[in-house]
Amino acid sequence: MHFVVCIKQVPEGTEVEIDEEKGVLKREGVESKLNVYDAYALEAAVALKEQYGGTVTVISMGPPQAMAVIREAYTLGADDGYLLSDRAFAGADTLATSYTLAEAIRRLPPVDLILCGMQTTDGDTAQVGPGIAELLNLPHASYVTKIHELGGDSIIVDTDMGDGIETLRIKLPCLLTCTKEVNEPRLPSYRLKRATRDKEITVWDSKALSGANVAYFGLSGSPTQVERIFPPPRGRDKEMWQGSVEELGRRFHDKLKELKFV
Amino acid sequence: MHYSKLVDTDIAYLEGIVGSEHIYVGDAILEDYAHDELGEARAFPEVVVEPDSAEAISAIMRYAFERNIPVTVRGSGTGLCGGCVPIHGGILLSTARLNRILEIDTDNLMATVEPGVILLDFQETVEKMGFLYAPDPGEKSATIGGNVATNAGGMRAVKYGVTRDHVTGLEVVLPNGDIVELGGKVAKNSSGYSLLHLMVGSEGTLGIITKIIVKLLPLPRKVLTLLVPFPSLEQAIETVPKIIRSRVIPQAVEFMERDVILSAEKYLGKTFPHKTAPAYLLLRFDGSSLSELEEIYELVGDICLESGAEDVLIADTPERQDGLWDARGAFLEALKAESEMDEVDVVVPRDKIAVFIRYTKELEKEYGVRIRSFGHAGDGNMHVYILRDEMDREVWKAKMEEIMDRLYDKGSELGGQVSGEHGIGIAKRPYLIRELGDTLIALQRQIKEVFDPKHILNPGKVI
Repeated sequence: MHFVVCIKQVPEGTEVEIDEEKGVLKREGVESKLNVYDAYALEAAVALKEQYGGTVTVISMGPPQAMAVIREAYTLGADDGYLLSDRAFAGADTLATSYTLAEAIRRLPPVDLILCGMQTTDGDTAQVGPGIAELLNLPHASYVTKIHELGGDSIIVDTDMGDGIETLRIKLPCLLTCTKEVNEPRLPSYRLKRATRDKEITVWDSKALSGANVAYFGLSGSPTQVERIFPPPRGRDKEMWQGSVEELGRRFHDKLKELKFV
Repeated sequence: MHYSKLVDTDIAYLEGIVGSEHIYVGDAILEDYAHDELGEARAFPEVVVEPDSAEAISAIMRYAFERNIPVTVRGSGTGLCGGCVPIHGGILLSTARLNRILEIDTDNLMATVEPGVILLDFQETVEKMGFLYAPDPGEKSATIGGNVATNAGGMRAVKYGVTRDHVTGLEVVLPNGDIVELGGKVAKNSSGYSLLHLMVGSEGTLGIITKIIVKLLPLPRKVLTLLVPFPSLEQAIETVPKIIRSRVIPQAVEFMERDVILSAEKYLGKTFPHKTAPAYLLLRFDGSSLSELEEIYELVGDICLESGAEDVLIADTPERQDGLWDARGAFLEALKAESEMDEVDVVVPRDKIAVFIRYTKELEKEYGVRIRSFGHAGDGNMHVYILRDEMDREVWKAKMEEIMDRLYDKGSELGGQVSGEHGIGIAKRPYLIRELGDTLIALQRQIKEVFDPKHILNPGKVI
């Protein structure tokens, strides 16, 4: 079995400070760490490897310092690590990020299962996992809360649908995004840290992804442009709605219309 | 000692001091006031008062002194040795309303608090301002006053010392009602006998603390925890002196065994990140950056692996650390939820812990009673719990008495002391008296006599 886990380095802490003028997250002076949800995805992969055999590959897109999270993944049981790092990849929105990761995954040895965190704690979009799956034309499930078993050609999981739990059998290869319910991640091992100190991290730039459409990378491949970035206003008027997904959807639509947002 | 029983005029007088809202008599006295968290001692006071100033306490003491009424002070009642139990009845003086943080002096790096301030509230308040109040007793709902009265220790004692090391001044009401100030907002003090330090740890037998000045430290920027699984408890504990010898100073070094971890998991309903090893060390380091801490933990990690540790697990983020310390913090409650028990809180030289723990294992086998230990491997202070489980109560008590005698003898033989941090109260009084011997106990009793000639403050405790 070949498990691939997509991971991201994010700023430490629960409150990300925002530079409203430049429209970016303030990353200077803030220590970085592995995105919390990715730790659950990685744990799921390592636990499956321990149970069923195979290898775990982690892949991350980011600047060279993002190697730190790949090193960390090695201390958590990952076998191989790839960093996608190139100026051409910079400024990517979720679509360009999904595209770049998908193109890299295509170039790995055949993959049986791709695992992602359900979202990152800096961007919070939850779009990259499903985005990769769509680009690779793979079946996928988001918000996985439990992995029941990995059978010959499929995996059985529970996913959180918001108003209920759905149990799915999904054909391999497929992609899952993991919630915090899925497991209890192990702690990084110093023994593994010592053993993997000199272990290679493969760095791929845009040339390594030759054959991919460079126009889909980075800023040029990002239809989403950040116009303004600001912390969500606090203490504003709020309404609490309860009801079925359909009712809430309708109310949401009506409200947006009423506010002339659509 | 003969004491006066309280009569209606006494109650009326006390009510005049504290107000009718803050005095409880008879059935209005909650059962909680008759005991502490663990000690067997159980006794109701005749009246509970909640004064809110040193002046009110002074007035109460002047009256009690004149009338010969015993007075027992109580904070949160989280003690483990019966120290706050009013075994001679009389007045129970609660510090619940003396709960103000009076000043956080950032120029002198000191804070002034009233005794009823809850430890957790105080720690959180100063941490938000970038300071550390270093004493870190496990029971966070205890009051600072109670911590001072018992000279409470805690996990961070390895690096920062105990409560006594952080108190620079006290305001105290003496048994005759006089209000005195001991020490002050000074970093040094060589001015005569240190009554300040005599008062710290005196468990409410010499005076009533009404104001406390403590030191603050800059809050360390980074904290990192290592969880180290070992194939045996002995190997775990024998590694501690090697770590100390390597000249790094951990904030905390705790040891624990698997079945206590499993108890805590069950009690908290949370999963511990590793539990296949028989024993663990839990180490915490603080510093100014992760890279500084990395250097330290690699050194310690190598020592642990060379000493037979299965691995060294690195908890480097708050999420990874919280689960570990939450479990550690729940050990006492988790064991209490399983069985009736009593404890020994001895402290021995750090390099003797392994010998002591081995001895508890021998006694466990010999007596067929479950004995569980955990505690501060870094400072030699262990908490040893003797559990009743399904055993007949009388049989258990008889066995426990013998076990305790032998444990205290062993502690003494190894150069230890009766209590590391919980204090003496009533539960450990016989062992302290035995340990101190005639000369020292006579000296201590003379000191008591000087402060409290009528023996009205927390009578029957400590000595």
